[in-house]
Amino acid sequence: MDASIRLRVDGQWRTLDVDTRTTLLDALRERLGVTSPKKGCDHGQCGSCTVLLDGRRAVTCLALAVAHDGAEIVTAEGLADGEDLHPVQRAFLEQDGLQCGYCTPGQVCSAVGMLEEVKAGWPSQVTEDLAGPPELDDEEIRERMSGNLCRCGAYPNIVAAIRQGAR
Amino acid sequence: MRPLEYRRAEDPRRAVTAVAGRPGAMFLGAGTNLVDHLKLGVARPDLLVDVSHLPYDKIEPRPGGGLRIGAAVRNSDLAAHPLVRQHYPVLAQALLSGASPQLRNLATTAGNLLQRTRCPYFQDVTTPCNKREPGTGCSALEGYNREHAVLGASEHCVAVHPSDMAVALTVLDAEVRVLGSGGERTIPITELYRLPGDRPDRDTVLKHGDLITAVDLPGLPMAAHSAYRKVRERASYAFALVSVAAAVQVRDGAITDARVAFGGLAHKPWRAYRAEEALRGVRVSAAPGDTLAEATTAAPIAAGGAASTGENAGGTSTVEDLRAAADAELADARPLAHNAFKIPMARNTFVAVLRGLLREEGATR
Repeated sequence: MDASIRLRVDGQWRTLDVDTRTTLLDALRERLGVTSPKKGCDHGQCGSCTVLLDGRRAVTCLALAVAHDGAEIVTAEGLADGEDLHPVQRAFLEQDGLQCGYCTPGQVCSAVGMLEEVKAGWPSQVTEDLAGPPELDDEEIRERMSGNLCRCGAYPNIVAAIRQGAR
Repeated sequence: MRPLEYRRAEDPRRAVTAVAGRPGAMFLGAGTNLVDHLKLGVARPDLLVDVSHLPYDKIEPRPGGGLRIGAAVRNSDLAAHPLVRQHYPVLAQALLSGASPQLRNLATTAGNLLQRTRCPYFQDVTTPCNKREPGTGCSALEGYNREHAVLGASEHCVAVHPSDMAVALTVLDAEVRVLGSGGERTIPITELYRLPGDRPDRDTVLKHGDLITAVDLPGLPMAAHSAYRKVRERASYAFALVSVAAAVQVRDGAITDARVAFGGLAHKPWRAYRAEEALRGVRVSAAPGDTLAEATTAAPIAAGGAASTGENAGGTSTVEDLRAAADAELADARPLAHNAFKIPMARNTFVAVLRGLLREEGATR
């Protein structure tokens, strides 16, 4: 069964007909040609399909496109202003926070969303004081980025990139 | 995947009618578990009624104390809510130990409660599973059962309930508000989940078409002294092997009230009533230098390894009493071939969480 939906993707409204079983990830990649969100596990376990969905980081492989009619989506591609990269993207380059790069668009979107969560005062599992504002040390970065796997194991430099991007 | 009709619910009662009247219909929240099941063939609905846009997205203080948590509140919003962090730390900690941040941003309160077991055989449609297909047999019973139940299991199913949040809600005596064909009703969370028995396909007492609309937390001063600890195969983003949610109240150097629940041990969050009974009246010795005063809450316990509580050769009577309380609860535990480690792990985690809370209590008195 098909449904007509509208998505605002990286600043542009797009209208499309989707089969009701289509995930948001497949709608972006296969229907709209937006390929920066990557299909890794397709089961919500690797984080490579992470985008900012209505302002928050979210995996797109476990979301049905039809359930997000009208949503605002920012992908890693949309974080940059043309050739002018987002500070977190620049930090990934400068800190060499990648090897093959497949997980990187998801890592970058996740990091941008994570920094907003810290700014909003959200605690994590490793936050000692649930009441206080969290301090973004390396342990916090690792815990808050645990939803993004990197098979190349570039984690030390990913942490360094996020440390830089947070400044 | 079979063809799927999708409807966005605008009205709760019409949503209930739509699902109740069609055997192949299901409610859709965020879909973080259900969409996975569609892909795996574990769930085969022909209609999804999307209830995530219904006006159940608020967290509100209740008159007389407590909180009402809307069914569509996202896990991340619930964990970050100031009143939850202040008055129910066990709930915030349980939520933050579950899934990943980008899943918690999607996942809803009701969806978390109704997520299904992660038993690998349940999720693999090529294997027999009584929970997925009643009457086909249990593959875990004689198969890989490291993650499975040691309490309350049956010959038909040894799966465990995967939710962390539900374990915290169980010690808080939360109530689940349900809208069904017959109107509204309230179910104590301790009565929501079933043991498998001979009907492991039924996780809960809910009927087809019953819609969870909210979870009510009672005003519970002792919940301010509560904690959740989860032991798993890695430091983050994994389901529990064992978890413990607990709250204690201490007056005049003795435990006057305690609430404890285990996760990862059974088909439902396991409220440890026997342990609670054994904890009441336990004298709390917190003299500087004794074992109770040692830091025990910071380091996670490695899977399969010894707990950080150690053996406490010269341990205080308090610690001995805590161990005895855990043992009272775990006396009926029956391990499978690969999960006997869960019994000492549950005991050690129980002692570590209680010691941490008692130490905190001692520090604030």
